[in-house]
Amino acid sequence: MALVHNRFEDQTFRMSEATAGDFFALLKPRVMSLVVFTAFVGMVAAPVTINPFLAVVAILAIAIGAGASGALNMWYDADIDAVMTRTVNRPVPSGKVTPHEALTFGLVLSVLSVMTLGVLVNWLSAALLAFTIFFYAVVYTMWLKRWTPQNIVIGGAAGALPPMIGWAAVTGAISFESVVLFLITFLWTPPHFWALALFKSQDYERAGIPMMPNVAGEASTRRQIFAYSLLLAPVGVAPWLLGYTTIGYGVVSLALGIGFVWYAWKVLRMSDSDRVMKPAKALFGYSLLYLFVIFAAYLADSVIERVFALGGA
Amino acid sequence: MSDDNLVTLTDKQKKARRSRNIAIGLALAALVIIFYLATIAKFGPAILDRPL
Repeated sequence: MALVHNRFEDQTFRMSEATAGDFFALLKPRVMSLVVFTAFVGMVAAPVTINPFLAVVAILAIAIGAGASGALNMWYDADIDAVMTRTVNRPVPSGKVTPHEALTFGLVLSVLSVMTLGVLVNWLSAALLAFTIFFYAVVYTMWLKRWTPQNIVIGGAAGALPPMIGWAAVTGAISFESVVLFLITFLWTPPHFWALALFKSQDYERAGIPMMPNVAGEASTRRQIFAYSLLLAPVGVAPWLLGYTTIGYGVVSLALGIGFVWYAWKVLRMSDSDRVMKPAKALFGYSLLYLFVIFAAYLADSVIERVFALGGA
Repeated sequence: MSDDNLVTLTDKQKKARRSRNIAIGLALAALVIIFYLATIAKFGPAILDRPL
């Protein structure tokens, strides 16, 4: 018997064929782009400014932190990703990256991003980033996702935190204004994901994930989507009502909110026998547009207000 | 050690390793530059104007 195990003779061992692109895919670039955008809005909306280079560093650290939580999610969820059409081509289930590589990559980037943000920007934003990574990778991925149909409601907090992190990076504090930005994404998450879960319910069923349509039924999910859209619409307008923005943002957010309720109403009126589910697909598409435009409007409002303030000074 | 005990990488594995190496090298270089510039940004240009 050999005293030393030669791992190269182990049939399960193989040299990695993962490229840098495969590791980049682990970061969930599309989710990361949304995180970067909302964090940037939080930074610009803040009443003070920081050194532009440190602002870039903060955005980069937040992006890497969000990507790290995505890698940890893909490591843990590889078994269910493998049976869902939407996720079967991800790097781990497709065999391009091993689970061990994904775990190591996610952990290293988590520590690196939090430490960089803490050392170079401030420790409050670093603590918020660490909490976001923990909340997404542990609380949502390892616990809520496979346990309760409220998974994306509570787990949505992780995706909603980036504007608060951006705000905290600039101000070193948390304010009610940044909490309102958090609430917009937090209340947007359930109707967005439940619209997807309606027309992908077979995927979730196969993977054994207790999404709302699979647990409470489609009719209940449609009612809950509509209820959340009724909550989201006024919260979207809240920054103007509370005096944080000009009427320009108020008009845009009101129109977007009415549109959201209209699309959710169409989903509510959807027939039980409808298997094509065009209204649910339309709401899913519109919800992506909603979040992007409402944050873009907030950003534009903040920039214009700042330019006018400079002009008046 | 004879060559029999070594692993011979396929072309695909060599290409993937090169891609990873380049990415790690670029990331490390970026980190060095980021920390250098961020130090100056945090302390200000006065950091360069000190008795040696």
